Amino acid sequence: MKALCYNGIGDLRTERVPDPAILNPKDAIIRVKLSSVCGSDLHLLNGYVPSMREGDIIGHEFMGEVVEVGSEVKKLRKGDRVVVGSIIGCGECHYCKSQEWSLCDNSNPHAWMPEKVYGDATAGIFGYSHAFGGYAGSHAEFIRVPFADHGAFVIPENITDESAVFVSDAVPTGFMAADMANIRPGSVVAVWGCGGVGQMAIQSAFLLGASRVIAIDREPERLRTAREISGAEVLDFSQVNIQEALREMTGGRGPDSCIDAVGMEAVSEGLDYYYDKAKQFVRLETDRPIVLREAIVACRKGGTVSIVGVYGGLIDAVPMGAAMNKALTFRMGQQHSQKYIPQLLEHLQSGKLDPSFLLTHRMTLDQGMLGYDMFNKKQTMRVVFEPAA
Amino acid sequence: MTDKKKPVSQVLGIGQIEPEVSGSSRLNVGSTERIWSAAGGAFLLTFGLRQGSLLTALAGGYLAYRGASGHCPISERIGRNTAEAENQVPDAIEISKSLTINRPREEVYKYWRQLENLPRFMFHLKEVTQIDPRRSHWVAKLADTKLASVLGKVEWEARIIEEVENERLVWKSVEGARIDNAGEVRFVDSPDGEGTEIHAVIHYRPPVGQLGGAIMKLFNPTFKQMIKQDLRRFKQLMETGEIATIKGQTSGRLKENQPLDKPSSEYASTDEKHEGLML
Ligand SMILES: NC(=O)c1ccc[n+]([C@@H]2O[C@H](COP(=O)([O-])OP(=O)(O)OC[C@H]3O[C@@H](n4cnc5c(N)ncnc54)[C@H](O)[C@@H]3O)[C@@H](O)[C@H]2O)c1
Ligand SMILES: [Zn+2]
Ligand SMILES: [Zn+2]
Repeated sequence: MKALCYNGIGDLRTERVPDPAILNPKDAIIRVKLSSVCGSDLHLLNGYVPSMREGDIIGHEFMGEVVEVGSEVKKLRKGDRVVVGSIIGCGECHYCKSQEWSLCDNSNPHAWMPEKVYGDATAGIFGYSHAFGGYAGSHAEFIRVPFADHGAFVIPENITDESAVFVSDAVPTGFMAADMANIRPGSVVAVWGCGGVGQMAIQSAFLLGASRVIAIDREPERLRTAREISGAEVLDFSQVNIQEALREMTGGRGPDSCIDAVGMEAVSEGLDYYYDKAKQFVRLETDRPIVLREAIVACRKGGTVSIVGVYGGLIDAVPMGAAMNKALTFRMGQQHSQKYIPQLLEHLQSGKLDPSFLLTHRMTLDQGMLGYDMFNKKQTMRVVFEPAA
Repeated sequence: MTDKKKPVSQVLGIGQIEPEVSGSSRLNVGSTERIWSAAGGAFLLTFGLRQGSLLTALAGGYLAYRGASGHCPISERIGRNTAEAENQVPDAIEISKSLTINRPREEVYKYWRQLENLPRFMFHLKEVTQIDPRRSHWVAKLADTKLASVLGKVEWEARIIEEVENERLVWKSVEGARIDNAGEVRFVDSPDGEGTEIHAVIHYRPPVGQLGGAIMKLFNPTFKQMIKQDLRRFKQLMETGEIATIKGQTSGRLKENQPLDKPSSEYASTDEKHEGLML
């Protein structure tokens, strides 16, 4: 089959590789119909997530059709049209049973790798480096899905492929960001980052009762989408002082909830960007926590900072004094796909959420490198590959 | 490093059992020969592990073992003894590991107590056979190579010296084992009452000699890692019925034929470009 493989930093190649096979009784093989790029892939491609190997197939946001099931797969059937969560959960460990699927004890065959630096191992993730299991990703004609009865969800008929594909990652991540943000009726929520995840966080915040959402980015097209489709008020951080603007827009209080949907590769117009960039370059710091710092300072006293933007290692100069003395609540994590997907499919069915606008370019796998080039430069919201094309 | 800290067995109050002094704790390789064996072996072992070659690592491990232990199973078989006759007994080294399994204690204990099950998750074992309720016979898994045939079968006998059903198992290797070992596994209800904490403490006596001690210290993290992996696989098997793996999956490292045209890209020239490993 054809697959899009990592070959080094900033180097992807479409290659012919063997078809995947069932390796464990609870595996299924899915024929991938649509597979999307995600901001997390950029962290891999730009070299910020260690333990990538040449030849790794990337991609973790996908939907398709079940073509083969292992002997212990009970619910899925050949021919089912399914969306698969990006995060692999066994469904049996303490964490999966508590709906904290991204903390699964059993799905990461390389548990010893993160254990060394994180003190513990978290769930395996498709196409997302060997520290997260080394599983082959979805930018391929077929993919092996472990614990398939838990990870693959049958898509109701009235939901299109183009909507369903984002229920794999962008929708549950954005929804979890809002879910963790302690939103009450009337809350004012600020969302940093207007990529796919940020857009879904904005819409989910409204769904959970926010009265206003203020979205922050500098990409004009993404800001336009946040305003016109997702319904947010928007701030361009290249044009305005974010701290000042947020405070003035909230009657001097600051937002009740602040969502970081940017993560470790945040950029800024200020000096702190060069400070973090320099430190990152000489490895004194692995991540640039520009948004995290901004959110902590902006957040109202007693408010909540909800982090879904990915951080991988060490960060520097976090205003802990502000966080502590303002009694902030921090919530964060990789998304718990399996917990959210069923209710999100209902929201799509009822029309409360419609992520299909995130698909701005459709490409073949052969155009993989081109697609990621455009995505890295924010010239597209999300490129979706059609492996069969 | 952590030498001065209390062993975990003392903190937990379990597994304070000493292995026998036999087998490898006796000397039959003289010191000069041992130093060369150990040094060459350690090199091969490290090299083999780096290269991912089990054969080289095994050969290295054998030499290092022979050097470090002053005990050569081959010399023993042909009745060769080059040792200076001094008899020291080294202190036992402790490895301990605990984890929690989300299954009832009776079920976890039952699976473990059926010792024949152990090789399903202890990948360094080939088979375990119960001889009688107390005694069992253990065979290590070696690659099917020339080296393995030189080494012969690596096997030993162990005896359960204490057993409390669903609670604990204490064992000792029987006189003459390659590496004298003893240990205890305890099964305790987890605080929420839903799972089982399993605590394993293993003591093994490093092969005699100063060099032996030093080299065994080098190996210790590897052994510890091995035990940890064993327990982790046990947990996976008990909770999910399978062991998570990517072995045998597809990747670009298994190309069917030449790569397709590489699309030209401006991407690779971004200023972010610097080599990978950061943690
Ligand atoms: N927690 C999870 O499970 C999970 C799942 C998916 C994605 N993610 C993470 O979420 C983040 C966003 O993902 P995405 O797919 O939307 O990525 P994306 O790259 O499409 O979007 C990121 C956006 O952040 C903007 N940005 C950069 N610096 C900023 C700043 N200082 N202030 C405000 N905006 C800024 C960029 O202009 C861009 O529009 C990434 O870090 C990704 O890894 C996490
Ligand atoms: Zn993602
Ligand atoms: Zn689990």
